[in-house]
Amino acid sequence: MTFVAKPRVHHPNIPTNDLGLTRRDYEGSVSTLCAGCGHDSVSAAIVQACSELSLPPHRFAKVSGIGCSSKTPSYFLNRSHGFNSVHGRMPSVMTGANLANRELMCIGVSGDGDSASIGLGQFAHVVRRRTNMLYLVDNNGTYGLTKGQFSATNDKGSTSKKGIANLYEPIDLVSMALQLGASFVARSFSGDKRQLVPLIKAALKHKGMAFIDVVSPCVAFNNHSGSTKSFEFIREHSHSVVDADLIFGQPEITADYAEGTYETVDMPDGSLLQLYKVDADYDPYDRIGALTYVQKMQQQGQVATGLLYVDPEAVECHDIMETTAQPLNELAEDALCPGHEALAAINQSYR
Amino acid sequence: MSIKINDFVIRFANVNGSGSASANGMFAKALFRMGIPVATRNIFPSNIQGLPTWFEVRVSEQGYLGRREGVDIMVAMNAETFAEDIDSIVPGGYLLYDNSKPLPRQLTRSDIHEIGIPIASMMLPEFADPKQRSLFKNITYLGALAGLLNIEFEVITGMVATQYKGKDALIEPNIRALELGRDYALQYLDAPLPLQLRRSDAVGDRIMMDGNDAAGLGSLYGGATVCAWYPITPSTSVAEAYESHCKKLRIDPATGHKNFAFMQAEDELSAIGIVIGAAWNGARSFTATSGPGISLMSEFLGLAYFAEIPAVVWEIQRSGPSTGMPTRTQQGDLISAAYASHGDTKHPLLFPATPKECFDFAADALDLADRLQTPVLVLSDLELGMNENLSEPLQWDDSRRYDRGKVLSAQQLDAVENYGRYLDVDGDGVGYRTLPGTHPDKGAFFTRGTSRDEYAAYTESPEDYQRNMQRLQLKWQTARGLVPKAEINSRGSSVGVLFFGTTALPIPEALDKLAVSGVQLDTCRVRAFPFGDEIDAFVAEHDLVFVVEQNRDGQMRTLLINELQTNPAKLVSIVYFAGLSISADYIDEQISAYYEEHKLARLTEVTS
Repeated sequence: MTFVAKPRVHHPNIPTNDLGLTRRDYEGSVSTLCAGCGHDSVSAAIVQACSELSLPPHRFAKVSGIGCSSKTPSYFLNRSHGFNSVHGRMPSVMTGANLANRELMCIGVSGDGDSASIGLGQFAHVVRRRTNMLYLVDNNGTYGLTKGQFSATNDKGSTSKKGIANLYEPIDLVSMALQLGASFVARSFSGDKRQLVPLIKAALKHKGMAFIDVVSPCVAFNNHSGSTKSFEFIREHSHSVVDADLIFGQPEITADYAEGTYETVDMPDGSLLQLYKVDADYDPYDRIGALTYVQKMQQQGQVATGLLYVDPEAVECHDIMETTAQPLNELAEDALCPGHEALAAINQSYR
Repeated sequence: MSIKINDFVIRFANVNGSGSASANGMFAKALFRMGIPVATRNIFPSNIQGLPTWFEVRVSEQGYLGRREGVDIMVAMNAETFAEDIDSIVPGGYLLYDNSKPLPRQLTRSDIHEIGIPIASMMLPEFADPKQRSLFKNITYLGALAGLLNIEFEVITGMVATQYKGKDALIEPNIRALELGRDYALQYLDAPLPLQLRRSDAVGDRIMMDGNDAAGLGSLYGGATVCAWYPITPSTSVAEAYESHCKKLRIDPATGHKNFAFMQAEDELSAIGIVIGAAWNGARSFTATSGPGISLMSEFLGLAYFAEIPAVVWEIQRSGPSTGMPTRTQQGDLISAAYASHGDTKHPLLFPATPKECFDFAADALDLADRLQTPVLVLSDLELGMNENLSEPLQWDDSRRYDRGKVLSAQQLDAVENYGRYLDVDGDGVGYRTLPGTHPDKGAFFTRGTSRDEYAAYTESPEDYQRNMQRLQLKWQTARGLVPKAEINSRGSSVGVLFFGTTALPIPEALDKLAVSGVQLDTCRVRAFPFGDEIDAFVAEHDLVFVVEQNRDGQMRTLLINELQTNPAKLVSIVYFAGLSISADYIDEQISAYYEEHKLARLTEVTS
């Protein structure tokens, strides 16, 4: 960790966004994670994504569980309220926050211990409820704060820092999210900002449950040669399937992509989600196909990344529940309390 | 034999799932509509169909609503429990049974009256469908009871018409079945019995409602917009009542959309997590659960205590520990609720005793939780929650405003120079909250279960941690002055009786019984924890205080000793924990025995 406070003075030429804010206005306090931790890159990617989208930096609800990953909401968007809750229980707290005010942007940050072990049930249920949120997992395959125990996302046969092999099957949160009804499912790598930032932007604009599994290596406990969650392993074994970008105005197709491998999707706010398919045969709107592809890659020791599945027509929890458009926490007393006269009639019905 | 008016206990023994609940409910409601005070009790198994179930109605012109020992009239419709049902009848009581088949010889008792009605045989020529035959058996014995006990027949037929409004085809056969029973009683039996009913005005303007229903409605009136819950008997109907009332009263007239969110969670951990997340984000929210749910919620309750987030939890107690007797009543979760979670935690508790108090406390708990920024638990029980009982009518004062506690708006934040979430500005231990998204660059803070300073910054400083814990202790003192006060009735006796929740039901009757033998007790009905000064004074001013409660270990007594630093010898435990509700007879016996054993002075002896 660093003990140097962030300088308050900005570079005079630092660019501003549509709100007249700079990236610095989207930052949080100084990280206390280890130098080189993948999680700090993820936080930086969130800062960049929110800043580039010109989202008001105070209109977020940031919720996390417990663990290294769950400390990170302190490190971005410090004009928004954050809530570091209970181990494995971010999904329920986030659900409540979202029920109370559907207008706030919801970012839930969790880790592999938090989501795939103690919180697996809450993960599954928040996905099937389709809460309108970005659910981001900093996935490093290890318990950092308790010093290097295996987590449930570790591949069978991968080894700990001491060389001991993991004997148990891995839990793949991406496959589960696909199966349980997430309407935006992506995997990325903390070391690939070019891929991760556009994914976060698209996820924030997505209406419904957007899940991103970010492989984010632990430099202290899980970055050695026997690990399948190390920087080196992921760089060598990850295969981007669909890159995404969020654009405003007319799409610009760069020459990097061949005809037929890109397409655009209308987003609820009028922006366009632009998809660049690395593999022309891959169908990002096919949930079952995505699930098969992800598992096949995993079987081959490879890691599929990018935007794996999106349902642009998705509904979110409030639509399903038919809650009123106004945030529930802003409803006035006269909308909430039927008053004395209605109660007199109710009393009569109990006579 | 002398005639007794409006004073008996009738018990219906049925097989659950046989459709008896509706007929039995109509019996109680008919008496209530004749102005006669009734108290109903369901004694049912943890099962859907096929096991024995009992429904008991205490009929009392004096208005005694507690359970009374002994059964005067047994409607025995379950062959499986026939023997024990017949055993429970008081000498001189009545057994009403279906004599389509003869009563086994070994079951006959010479000291009771047998009333046989060939109900099954009577159904055969009347109803072709076997399912109807079975269902209308219940209505037929209701009709027979109308004849035997003098229930006003129009009251029952009127209820049938209301109940089956819209399903008119059902009205006629129901009334036919009622008539069959009544006519048989009048024609072939010695009707009416010496136990009779007569129209009265003893009910007054009271209503008949169960406590869980009132709790759900009170939560609606109190402004709760989020209810998250997980099904568990006997609390489920709190959440279900909230939803059902909301569907009538909380629909936006313009759009048809819901001004509430109702979410069945995957477990109790998630239910309380949703409540805490919603409350953190400024929505009034609550959950309902029972003892096992409190155990599961305990980690979250500690977080909400330490992070200072309002939450309301309805705990409808049942017999524990573990799964215990999940469909039987108890007051066994006082200590686990009061101190739920690890570390130094304690939570305000409210103890409603009537449906009206369930309604009132539902709204009060939401105010208290917001005012104190902490979880508030309302401890009801199966007895109050799931049985329809007489209650004063519900009231709402339209001038009442929700007390949202200390929450700063954007304008207020602009006016504050030095905002700190946990600064004790007012000296009452309660800081000022801000809600997410309120202000572009002021007032945002990070909520955590780890130690922090007054400005919500993470710290492990020993001084900061201790100062924070001491402020929470100061807040607890503030809570003492805000929670509902105990109801005290002192007539200068040196001996008192202290009770809470449904233990209050049999107390008036118990006091009347005790008075006959010269035992006069001052009373203290505790309505909340932490205990206010008035409870401290009540205990101090009496030489001896009986603490009556429905659990084995005397948990209220333990709380009193722990919190008031009282001499334990002063507090005498009267406990009942058999799964039924405590009766006046039991309280009378126990206290009388104590007087006897310790040769305590009685009023008659003192004055003589």
